[in-house]
Amino acid sequence: MSEARPLPASLATARAVAVPILPLRLRGVGLRLGGAVILDGVDLDLGAGGCTMVMGPNGAGKSQLLKLLHGLTAPSAGTIDWNGHAPQAVRARQALVFQKPVLLRRSVAANVDFVLRARGLDRSRVSALLDHVGLAHKAAQPARHLSGGEAQRLALARALATDPEILFLDEPTASLDPASVQAIERIVARAREGGTRVIFVTHDIGQARRLADDVVFLHRGRVAEHGPARDFFRQPRTEAARRFLDGQLVV
Amino acid sequence: MQNIAEAFSLAFALVLSGDADLFEIVALSLQVSLTATLLSCLIGLPLGALVAIARFPGRGAVLVVMNALMGLPPVVVGLLVYLHLSRSGPLGFLGLLYTPTAMIIAQTILIAPIVAALSRQVLEDLHGEYAEQFRSFCLTRRQIVRALLWDGRYSLLTVGLAGFGRAVAEVGAVMIVGGNIDHLTRVMTTAIALETSRGELALALALGIVLLVIALGVNAGVQALRMSAVRQAYV
Ligand SMILES: Nc1ncnc2c1ncn2[C@@H]1O[C@H](COP(=O)(O)OP(=O)(O)OP(=O)(O)O)[C@@H](O)[C@H]1O
Ligand SMILES: [Mg+2]
Repeated sequence: MSEARPLPASLATARAVAVPILPLRLRGVGLRLGGAVILDGVDLDLGAGGCTMVMGPNGAGKSQLLKLLHGLTAPSAGTIDWNGHAPQAVRARQALVFQKPVLLRRSVAANVDFVLRARGLDRSRVSALLDHVGLAHKAAQPARHLSGGEAQRLALARALATDPEILFLDEPTASLDPASVQAIERIVARAREGGTRVIFVTHDIGQARRLADDVVFLHRGRVAEHGPARDFFRQPRTEAARRFLDGQLVV
Repeated sequence: MQNIAEAFSLAFALVLSGDADLFEIVALSLQVSLTATLLSCLIGLPLGALVAIARFPGRGAVLVVMNALMGLPPVVVGLLVYLHLSRSGPLGFLGLLYTPTAMIIAQTILIAPIVAALSRQVLEDLHGEYAEQFRSFCLTRRQIVRALLWDGRYSLLTVGLAGFGRAVAEVGAVMIVGGNIDHLTRVMTTAIALETSRGELALALALGIVLLVIALGVNAGVQALRMSAVRQAYV
């Protein structure tokens, strides 16, 4: 993967000043799907700025938590409060890169252009965005011919296209080669420095150490632990987190 | 039963001789059925897309009706259109009975439900795949419909083809509202019916062969388009 180039200044311009949607507050959030309890009694507070890494074993509920925060599903119990706003009301100010990105049956460039056009944004940014994620040379290719890692990068470009205040990333580097992982991490770090609030799901402990300001550790649908990254990695408070970091905890 | 080989040679002879009557009939068939297909797509595709993404009470019943309308018998459609367009009918003043326009109207009514029902199925499957991503993008319903129609375009081509195939092959509706008038409303299917009843089996068969070749040609064209789309992963 080519070196990720920074977005030109015009792209990183100050977004329209609106009522801030942080801090985020969850109280007693539960989610049931088809009778199964997916999330249960989740309390969580996320402040403005920074990068929160969400970790936990497979099936812990990480992806479902992101969908709740993004207003794609409604909790079956509790409240999710984006500084006084309901999740659905602020969805347009956020972007989510799904664990399995859904690409449109169009060219790579058309996938980015679609979002810009739908949202009434400057469509001349397509090439800058593709350049930013190192996909400029694939612009004219059918998006569905991209490799797994390239598809992730296209999904990231699409997410960045709307200049979101909150960027949810669901294992965006899971199928990337090491150089691409580095490039993506640089892009995310730059977005974070630009004031984008990043909420990042990962299984990669090294990545979490590199990027995290704070860590949310989910286990069996509950927040087992939430705290500053230093503390979490140096001295996890729960047995589950300790075993997870040691590579022992499976479910 | 006459010799099939004879029918084939007659068909070739007819086509090669550039028989003006034959070409007139073929041209009218295509004109009527292609226009009806186009109109059906203009009506049926947006309708199919809307029903595909909308959730409302009674949706199940709407689906049943849509699917049932796919099986409308052409003679019944012809009769209904006839009743409306005949001199004493509510639309009799338009003077459309026994014109190609009447035939287009009848075929449109016949195949619009086919286009709507089939496209609904195609687009609902596609939407199942896209829905969550589209909600994340905060698209309006109008934007969703447009995106689905565009991304489903190659599958929808097959849907349009199904409509066209039904239109160009039906005889009941165009016979009743067109009247099979020579040089005016005679199309391939009504001509075949007429020649058969006259005992001109070879001529009827020859027309039938031309009809088949057209159907094959159109299908092959659409198939080729789809294949190129599949190669680009656009299907
Ligand atoms: N529609 C659904 N109906 C029922 N159960 C579901 C549904 N979607 C997800 N689940 C269940 O919810 C649990 C949490 O799923 P989720 O995708 O949030 O896990 P995750 O933490 O993201 O795991 P992974 O690390 O594998 O991505 C899983 O056990 C899954 O089987
Ligand atoms: Mg997940």
